[in-house]
This record gives sequence, structure tokens and C-alpha cells, in this order.
Amino acid sequence: MKKYLLAFLCLTLVMGSTIALAFGPVAAKDLKAGFVYVGPVGDGGWTYMHDLGRLDMEKAFPGMESFFVESVPEGPDSVRVMETFIRNGAKLVFATSFGYMDFVQDVAAKNPDVIFMHCSGYKRADNVGTYFGRMYQARYLSGLIAGKMSKSNIIGFVAANPIPEVIRGINAFTLGAQKTNPDVKVKVVWLFSWFDPAKEKEATLALIDAGADVIAMHADSGAAPQTAEEAGVYVVGYNNDMSRYAPTKHLTAPVWNWGMVYKHIAGQVIDGTWKTSDIWWGLKEDFVGLAPVSNAVPEDIVALVNSEKEKIISGNWDVFSGPVKNQKGEIVIKNGDRMSDGDMLGMNWFVMGVEGDIPK
Amino acid sequence: MDVIVPILTAAVRSGTPILYATLGEILTERSGVLNLGIEGLMLMGAFSGFIVTHTTGNPWLGVAAAFIVGVAVATIHAFLCVTIGANQVVSGLAITMFGTGASSLLGRGMIGETVGGFARIPLPFLSKIPVLGPVLFDHDPLVYFSYILVAFLTWFIFYTRPGLNLRAVGESPKVVDAMGLNSARLRYFYTLAGGGLASVGGAYMSLAYTKMWGDGMTAGRGWIAIALVIFAIWHPARAVLGAYLFGGVGAMQLRIQAAGTSFPAPLLMMMPYLLTIIVLVIISIQKGRGILLGSPGSLGVPYSREERG
Repeated sequence: MKKYLLAFLCLTLVMGSTIALAFGPVAAKDLKAGFVYVGPVGDGGWTYMHDLGRLDMEKAFPGMESFFVESVPEGPDSVRVMETFIRNGAKLVFATSFGYMDFVQDVAAKNPDVIFMHCSGYKRADNVGTYFGRMYQARYLSGLIAGKMSKSNIIGFVAANPIPEVIRGINAFTLGAQKTNPDVKVKVVWLFSWFDPAKEKEATLALIDAGADVIAMHADSGAAPQTAEEAGVYVVGYNNDMSRYAPTKHLTAPVWNWGMVYKHIAGQVIDGTWKTSDIWWGLKEDFVGLAPVSNAVPEDIVALVNSEKEKIISGNWDVFSGPVKNQKGEIVIKNGDRMSDGDMLGMNWFVMGVEGDIPK
Repeated sequence: MDVIVPILTAAVRSGTPILYATLGEILTERSGVLNLGIEGLMLMGAFSGFIVTHTTGNPWLGVAAAFIVGVAVATIHAFLCVTIGANQVVSGLAITMFGTGASSLLGRGMIGETVGGFARIPLPFLSKIPVLGPVLFDHDPLVYFSYILVAFLTWFIFYTRPGLNLRAVGESPKVVDAMGLNSARLRYFYTLAGGGLASVGGAYMSLAYTKMWGDGMTAGRGWIAIALVIFAIWHPARAVLGAYLFGGVGAMQLRIQAAGTSFPAPLLMMMPYLLTIIVLVIISIQKGRGILLGSPGSLGVPYSREERG
């Protein structure tokens, strides 16, 4: 009996020490991190913001080294990129787009001593964590402003691709706009592309011709704000503060702060406290937020935005808390209910007040 | 009319960058050289035009710079295809990759910058004509210049001696050589000129259409231009029709969405490509029947004087 106990103890010790070895503390100067980017760093949007976050992280931990490969297709090529990172000594790998999900799982299974963080996915493992931001919360706040600023009661939304992330953003924005202006309608035009400045311009003009006097957007270039400025209508940007494209018409923009989450993760890895988890942070953690609000926005709306922000941060209420109706007027989220994170991640319907289709 | 005029205006606006590139490729292909590097040339033009305009504040200098850069990059293609006799498809693809990569790398520092660029200048009197006025004569100067260019190229290719030589070298460089002209020099000249025009098409994207630089901002328009050359059956005037058709369909599908109808947008987007395939089929069927339809006879075939048999 004693013998078994001893053997068992030894075994746990050995196993425990290997795990501890794998994710034990590392000095910042010994930590190398690799980033897989889906677009070019120069897109001025999604990948650009991730790269600013990466640089933020490097600055926070002197001696730490990080590298990236940009424009990596969401396919088997990503495996090659991640394996190269690991061969070059990376102990931490960030995959910054949804489509890398299964490839991350494959590489992670073969490299149990490397930590992987996958952005916007839902598959985890002992050495794979996921992270994403509750951008919809910031979109809701920007909607409060846009709704109030519309006189024609038509807001145009230039939208990239019909996937849940974009649909969730449009819905949250619309709920915000309707809170300050119950008569407002949000017209959606799909681009079927993430980055095509000329097309973003045409879509903006089409919406303005259809009566929109405020433009919101989910695309990667500043073409929509630039066009709105030229046409003299208000605009809500995205990704980062886009007021340089629309100096007088930019109301605000829901923005990402990737640096804070990258610093957090790298800090955990350096301290040896990293464990697999699902990070889905929002306004509370300052992962998402609003760019500076224009002076054109009335004081009372700014106050409302702040109080709604506090309400969300308190955790007692969230954007998709019932009652919420769909386009047909049917109640989808009942009074008192709150949409689950899983349902939110798979959202494929529009709330009432959105005009447009979700292409199947 | 309230619906039609904005769509037609948008068709001209969004067709213009493709038109420049298509005109350039028509010149190049008419001389017998296939250049698949248009997308890369456009990106180099968009970038170089932007950076020069950003530095000097003068968009005309930007356009000039884009033309020169386009000529320079096309020189690589001409050297590989005409002097060395390399495979034109491979060389063209290499030019696209080079242009995409180089513009991306060099353009890092320009992300998020904007320029004044070209403003819209409605032409006096002409822009007051109902329908045609706003559609054709309420644009920026590069659009007006494209009208002149189309007229000039049509006249040049079909009604002048050098134009005849251009067509001849595309049909049979051997015959042109026998006439005492230098085939290689002609091919060089039109490959360079075509590259310059494609590059100006790119500069239109970053200086007139949207006044910004973004990595890969031409978004595949260079490939559309190559398809349009076939659609236009190597004729500048028909290239106008094709470019505005492509532009118009793109603008129309966005406006149909904004109007709230549920017409499937991808179906509409498919139409110009479908028309191109139909034209291609007709050309192929008619080939060798003595009709003036069809590609230049020696398109894509390297020619070397020494190997003349």
C-alpha cells in the first residue's frame, strides 16, 4: 500500500513539475511572441490596430521580442507560419483571425509547451486560450449619439460582410439609436469585402442619396468618413479615431484597445500565472471604448452615453437584455432575459429598426 | 431620372480607374505583349501618386510621378518579354506580386494620411445639360482627360501610320521587321506606355476617387481591366462601354440595397463577367473567318529577330 502511495506521489510530482515547467515564469528577455495577421499591417484598420497592440506590449516588457507575419490566408498556410514561429523560439503565439481556429488546435496539440491565444474563436485546449472584445457595447454607445444627431431619421450603415460579428454590431448600434430616437431606421448596405475604399465610398454615397444624414460603418478603411465629410453628413467611424478623415463631421467611433489585452496575456505568461481561459472583455476592462466625442453632440447626450456606459460596466444590464424584437416585430429576447454569449456569437438576425437583408 | 442619374454618374466615376488601365493594356496587347502585371502597376501608381501629392501638395505632380513609376516598372516586363523572350504570363504575374509587395512595404508610413487630391470641377455650360451634364461633365479633371485619351487612342490606332505599325507588330513582328522597322523597339514603347497608363489608373484611386492610401486599395481592379480588354475586343471606344458597365453594375447593386429591395447582389455583380465570357466565346467561334474580331495574332508570342526562319 505504502509502495503504491509512494509511486503515486512520485508520479504526481513528475507530472506536476512538467506542467509547471511548461508554463512556469519566464524572464521578459527570454519570451518571444509570434503574431499571425490576416491582413496587411498597412490596412489602417483591423490588422493595423493589432500591430499597435503588439508594439504596446513590447514597450511594456523591455527585452521581450515579438514578430509577425502579415496577410496569412486562413488555411493550411497558417500552420507553416506558426511552426516557423516555434522553430524560431516563440513560446507564445497569437492568431488574430477567426479562420485560424482549427489550425491553431492542430499546431497546439503538437507543441504542448507553447501557449496559443486565438482571437474570436471558441475552441480551447490546455495550451490554447481565446480572446475577443465586446465591441457591441461600444457600438451601442455610438448608436445613442447617432440616433440623436439624425434629423431625417435615416442612418446609413456601410457593412463589410454578413457574419455574426458585424450583425451583432449593427443590432447593438440600432438599439442605441432607437433609445434616443424611436423613429430612426438603420439602412444596411453590404460590401462583401473588408477593404475596398472605392466601394466603401460608393456605398456611402448610395446611402446618402437614400436619405441618410448620419453614416456608420464596419469596414477597414477611412473612405466612408472621408465621403461623409465631403457630402456634409455626420459619420461614426470604426476601429480607431477616424476624425482625421472627417475633421468636422466625425461624431465618435467605437475603438479597439488590443494593447491592454496583449499586455495582460504577456504579463501572465511572464509571471507564470497563465491558464487557458476565454477572455471576452468589454467597456468594463477598457478593451473597447469610444473615440473622443465631437463638440457637435449635445451635453445631455454625452451625459446619457456616460450613464449607459456605467450601467453596462455595473453588469446589471447589457445591450441585448430583453425585451428585444426582430425585424418582424416578434419578441426574441423576453423581458428580464439576457442573451447568452453563445447566442450572441452566432447572431444571424436583425433587430427591429434595421432595414436590409442578411444574405444567406 | 432621379434614380438613373446618380447610378450613371457613379458608373463614370468608378469606371475611370479601370478605363485607364484597360486603355494601357490595349496598347500593350496590340503590340503583341501580354501584361498580367496591371494590378501591381496600379498599386505602384496609387502609392507613388499619393506620396508625391502628399509631399508636394500638387496632384498633377502625383499623376506625373505615377506615370513615370509605371513606365519604370513596365520596363522590367518589357526587358524580360521582349529582350530575353521570357514567358509573358509568368513575368506579368511577377510584376503584380512585385507591385503589391513594394507598394505595401513603401506605403507603411502613409497609412492614415490624406491628401487634398483632385476636386470635382463641373464644366461650364456642359454640366447644365439635362442628364448628360451631371453624368459626364461634373467630375474631376482626370475623368475629362480620359475622354480625350479615348478619342486620341481610337484615332491613333486606326487612322495613323504609327497606329498601323502598332497593329502590325501585334499581328506579325516578322513582317514589321521585313518592312525595315524595329519590332523590339515598338514592343518596348507600347509596353512602357501601357504600364504608365495603368499606373495613372491607380493614381486616380488614391488622388481623385478616395484621397487616401491603403494597402491593396485597388482591390482587384487590375484583373477586371485585363478581362475588359477582351470584352472591348482591343478597341478603346468599346473599353469605355465596358469600364462604365463594370462601374455601373457595382454602383447599382449598392443602390439597390440602399433602396431596401432584396435583389441578390452577387447575381448582379456576376453580369459583366458573364458578358466577357460570351464575348470570348464569340471571338473563339469567329476566329479565322476573316473578321476583324479577335486578339492580335502574335499576342503573347516572344519574337527574336535572330530566329527568323
